[in-house]
Amino acid sequence: MTGGVPRVGVVTFPGSLDDRDALRAIEQMGGEAVPLWHADRDLGAVDAVVLPGGFSYGDYLRCGAIARFAAVMEPVVAFAERGGPVLGICNGFQVLCEAGLLPGAMIRNRSLRFVCRDVWLRVETAQSCITDGLTPGETIEIPIKHGEGQWIATPEQLAEVERDGLVVFRYASRSGIVDDAQNPNGATNNVAGIRSPAGNVVGLMPHPEHAVDPDVGPTGGQPLFASLLHTAMAGVTG
Amino acid sequence: MKTYTFEVLVTLKDGLADPQGKAVESALPSLGWTNVRHVRVGKHIKLDVEAADEASALVQIRGMAVRLLSNPVIEEYQVLEVAPK
Repeated sequence: MTGGVPRVGVVTFPGSLDDRDALRAIEQMGGEAVPLWHADRDLGAVDAVVLPGGFSYGDYLRCGAIARFAAVMEPVVAFAERGGPVLGICNGFQVLCEAGLLPGAMIRNRSLRFVCRDVWLRVETAQSCITDGLTPGETIEIPIKHGEGQWIATPEQLAEVERDGLVVFRYASRSGIVDDAQNPNGATNNVAGIRSPAGNVVGLMPHPEHAVDPDVGPTGGQPLFASLLHTAMAGVTG
Repeated sequence: MKTYTFEVLVTLKDGLADPQGKAVESALPSLGWTNVRHVRVGKHIKLDVEAADEASALVQIRGMAVRLLSNPVIEEYQVLEVAPK
């Protein structure tokens, strides 16, 4: 942290697409954005880490499967285990699942089609690094854009996720109704994002970094980045 | 050291929806095959492993299958050894 501004690292893997938007969103929301490289062996002095969307390593084999073994992932996993805030967006969410930091996995959308549109998400918990300050039940609008975003898990994982309240967001209507009609990819129980039990690691398929600028679309990403910056600060001072 | 050739078949676990399999299944009737059910689409990975002996090669290939070639959360794998030519 420098001068009271939290430093948020954004990892660029070969094939990352949304790293620049993530860096820009962090700056716009008042943080200091720090570019990180997939080959970095340490994170420098960052207070939070974002794994952005895209198609890391071409998404060969499985989405996120190769990125999970990138050099930078070793310090990212250690940072997460120390309680550092880590946010995985879309491909970054897939990487976190592959790395075992979050339960479940993503498979091809139910429709087999790439889906690119704005969706509404219902906030399920305030106990996460990106929903601190939000109220469970409220809805936010954020775009999705993915071909493999159908979250699934083993029966044991699913039971644990629901029992421990690890779901952070579900696809919903604007008024917060969660049903199959609002499910853009077939995700189990309409899951759009989940957290680690401690709440410091969060992954979601929708793209908050594309939803911070009122000139170009919905602004549902603003409170999520505000929360991430706030949590990053708390981690440093607390 | 000897070279051993393996094929690893990776498929989605039974019971998990397989959207690609479903798409193939719904395309086949348009070609006249209305008698096809339970299509599952998977991956086929062929590789050569250098190892001291077959047992050691097999241990390594199973390690690769669990750690990288498949995701145990959603997939199953099968290792087939290819007889040397």
